[in-house]
Amino acid sequence: MNKEDLQQKITGLLPSASFEEASEWTTVTIDPAAWKDLAGQLRHTDGLDLDYLFCVTCVDWKTHFTMLYHLTSTIHRHTLVVKAKLDRNHPVIATVSDIWRTAEFHEREVYDLFGVSFTGHPDLRRLFMTDDWEGWPLRKDYEDPINMIKL
Amino acid sequence: MFSIENITHSIDAWLNQTLNPTMVVLVESVIVGISAITLFAVLGLVLVLMERKVSAYMQIRLGPNRVGPGGSLQTVADTLKLAMKEGLTPDGADKFLFNLAPYLVIGVAMLILAPIAFAKGFQIWDINIGVLYISAVSSLSVIGILMAGWASNNKYSLLGAMRSGAQIVSYELSAGLSILSMIVLTGSLRISDIVASQQDGWWIFKGHIPAIISFVIFIIAVTAETNRAPFDLAEAESELTAGFHTEYSGMKFALFFLAEYVNIFIVCAIGATLFLGGWMPLHIGHWTAFNHVMDYIPSSLWFMGKTFSLIFLMMWFRWTFPRLRIDQLLNLEWKYLLPISMFNLLLMTLIAIKGWHF
Amino acid sequence: MLEEISTTEQGDLVVNLGPQHPSTHGVLHLVITLNGETIKKVEPHLGYIHRSIEKMCESLSYRQFIYVTSRMDYLSSHINNHGCALCVEKGLQIEVPPRAKVIRVLMDELTRLASHQLWWGAMAMDVGALTPFFHAFREREAINDIMEETCGARLTMNYMVPGGVMIDLHPNFQRRTKEFIAFFRSKLAEYDELVTDNVIFKSRMEGVGYLSYADAISYGCSGPTARASGVSCDIRKLYPYEVYGDLSFEEPIGTGGDCYARYGVRMQEMRQSLSIIEQLIDNIPEGEFQAKTKAVLKLPKGEFYSRVETARGEFGVYIVSEGGMTPYRIKFRSPGFSNLSALDHMARGHKIGDLVAIMGTLDLVIPDIDR
Repeated sequence: MNKEDLQQKITGLLPSASFEEASEWTTVTIDPAAWKDLAGQLRHTDGLDLDYLFCVTCVDWKTHFTMLYHLTSTIHRHTLVVKAKLDRNHPVIATVSDIWRTAEFHEREVYDLFGVSFTGHPDLRRLFMTDDWEGWPLRKDYEDPINMIKL
Repeated sequence: MFSIENITHSIDAWLNQTLNPTMVVLVESVIVGISAITLFAVLGLVLVLMERKVSAYMQIRLGPNRVGPGGSLQTVADTLKLAMKEGLTPDGADKFLFNLAPYLVIGVAMLILAPIAFAKGFQIWDINIGVLYISAVSSLSVIGILMAGWASNNKYSLLGAMRSGAQIVSYELSAGLSILSMIVLTGSLRISDIVASQQDGWWIFKGHIPAIISFVIFIIAVTAETNRAPFDLAEAESELTAGFHTEYSGMKFALFFLAEYVNIFIVCAIGATLFLGGWMPLHIGHWTAFNHVMDYIPSSLWFMGKTFSLIFLMMWFRWTFPRLRIDQLLNLEWKYLLPISMFNLLLMTLIAIKGWHF
Repeated sequence: MLEEISTTEQGDLVVNLGPQHPSTHGVLHLVITLNGETIKKVEPHLGYIHRSIEKMCESLSYRQFIYVTSRMDYLSSHINNHGCALCVEKGLQIEVPPRAKVIRVLMDELTRLASHQLWWGAMAMDVGALTPFFHAFREREAINDIMEETCGARLTMNYMVPGGVMIDLHPNFQRRTKEFIAFFRSKLAEYDELVTDNVIFKSRMEGVGYLSYADAISYGCSGPTARASGVSCDIRKLYPYEVYGDLSFEEPIGTGGDCYARYGVRMQEMRQSLSIIEQLIDNIPEGEFQAKTKAVLKLPKGEFYSRVETARGEFGVYIVSEGGMTPYRIKFRSPGFSNLSALDHMARGHKIGDLVAIMGTLDLVIPDIDR
């Protein structure tokens, strides 16, 4: 499926979705509240079948967070990037670990490093940091005088 | 002809001339004790070095080559290091059992040495139930291993000990049955009788196919009984770090290590005695000329040669095969080896009754 | 004594496998819940070697950050560097000279071979055969020597730069690589004799750690782990980069989904890598080995994602640039991380020995998971 078809199909599922131009893959920005429903539809709608979640990450834009989900279909070989803007003070988004199992670890990683809380996640704990670690290391305002080396 | 038998006899005669009979027994006991301990130490050193050299050869390495000529003193250096090390006892361990276990294991290994015939007329104790004694005493070593695993208060040790318990108890059956099938042929449990019965040929040649089957089963079973790869589940380095002796260090660890190698020597010696004629040279029926030539090789060399060939075979297994899983290990014993060896025993009995063997 | 051994209410035994354990190949910590010898649950605890490379890269220039990635998956450091270089080139729209492209692919495939050799030895060691490890290292040594001659290093080569490779190939490279191919082909047959066809090895591997087609996709598995379950996911085939599109090679796909299938896929991959090297070794084009680039690289504002196939699976580099000298945010999608998440699913109901075998066939490299 080419970019235009994919764009049309997703507009059909979620009319409020806005698309980015000039990106390598179809990139859609959505409201975090709509993510859970959309995710289920992306995974199961015929013709979309985005079954392979290969990257989950977050970017700290100092004013807000952007969650990114890189999805691809092992059947149709099209790729979709979903972006969701989160409030920086209360970053909350629904988990998709029940749709793509790999998200369980990836979301724990994002929680650990950014402090984004995933509602409905079965086991939301620190993954890399110790359990009593304070702060969220990959946020831009994170300071650690001992462990961080400024170059 | 120069032989160990003559030496022992001349010592015995000399002692009888100079001392009264009670003293003779005492002095001879001391000599035997010292020789047994020396043999232990030497066996440990030689076998560890041999294992390291064999494994190095199979793994395209050189092996130890720094201490002494060709690395021959490497194990001495290692033993010294282990002896100097602090023997730690973990805090939560059952101290009494923890410290007792290695001595129990090594004590059992020492006891089994008694009835083994090292050369013609060179045997510590020619007991009339020799083979029964060996299989009875050797099963005691599992108690030492269970004790070590349990008392360490370590989960890996516990798992290793339980595995070892299940394994040794099961494999003892087929080892016992294959020994039994040879007893059926010899008609005696006395080691010297068993060796003498192979005067005109070793049992592995005389006993037809059932003897070969017994031999194969015996080798498999004793490899498992001594916890050697591919049956080294009790230690299972990649699974249980070191299994039942995870918590041991220093000399106590060295004792386990030594016991392992002495056990290998003992089981191979038993295998050599039962199937390959012990110290008996290679005799073929009534080929007197051939038999005479063979007699010129000293009996101790024959015995050691056979034993060390079997030891090499076990080392070869260890450095070639992957490890079995615990359920596969028990399946192999209970579903395959045990029925086969039972049937084999029947077959052997038939052969013995009908006199079909040579 | 029994009370002192910590058990849960149901009478399960909880064992900490790692962080120091002979078969975790690094500092992986698995908390396994056992019922006797049977595994009820495996819970990976990560972070013992977490260095936050992503944060580190935010303060490094586009030329510098590539070399930090060598320290992630140290066994396929070339391919990691390659992925990063590709991403920077994508942002700057640099056209890499044909010679550099071929050199990069050659180096990638040699790295893949070296990585698979180490995996083969380590995995055999996990199932209890100690000898193959040394045999694998003999062959790996030849690759390391080739690498050393050209790149100056044996493990973290740091040979890729944005726009090409750092220096030209050593004059001996072609001769030695050809010698190596001939040598290694004969040794591959030995590998099969020693391990692949061994009865004990087969029984340890077959039917163990089954991962279905759907689960492999759902868990985001990639590389040989996913291919053994029948998922076609070779980035070299699906999204060809450099000269992979012009080469003829096969993507080995397994059907079993068990440990033996994963083993078989990797063994096939080694043969495919050899054939790729053979196709290229005599056809290295003449010319520049590096494109002309500015001294200070500044990526335009935007987001760039590149994917490469490492020895373990799909390695992704995601760069967010604000137009400055350093990346605003970098995310590395490491194959081991996703593959590890399927471990619990695969190991449940098996024995401890199987867990070790499964970990062996997953080919986990811990710094790659922890980053």
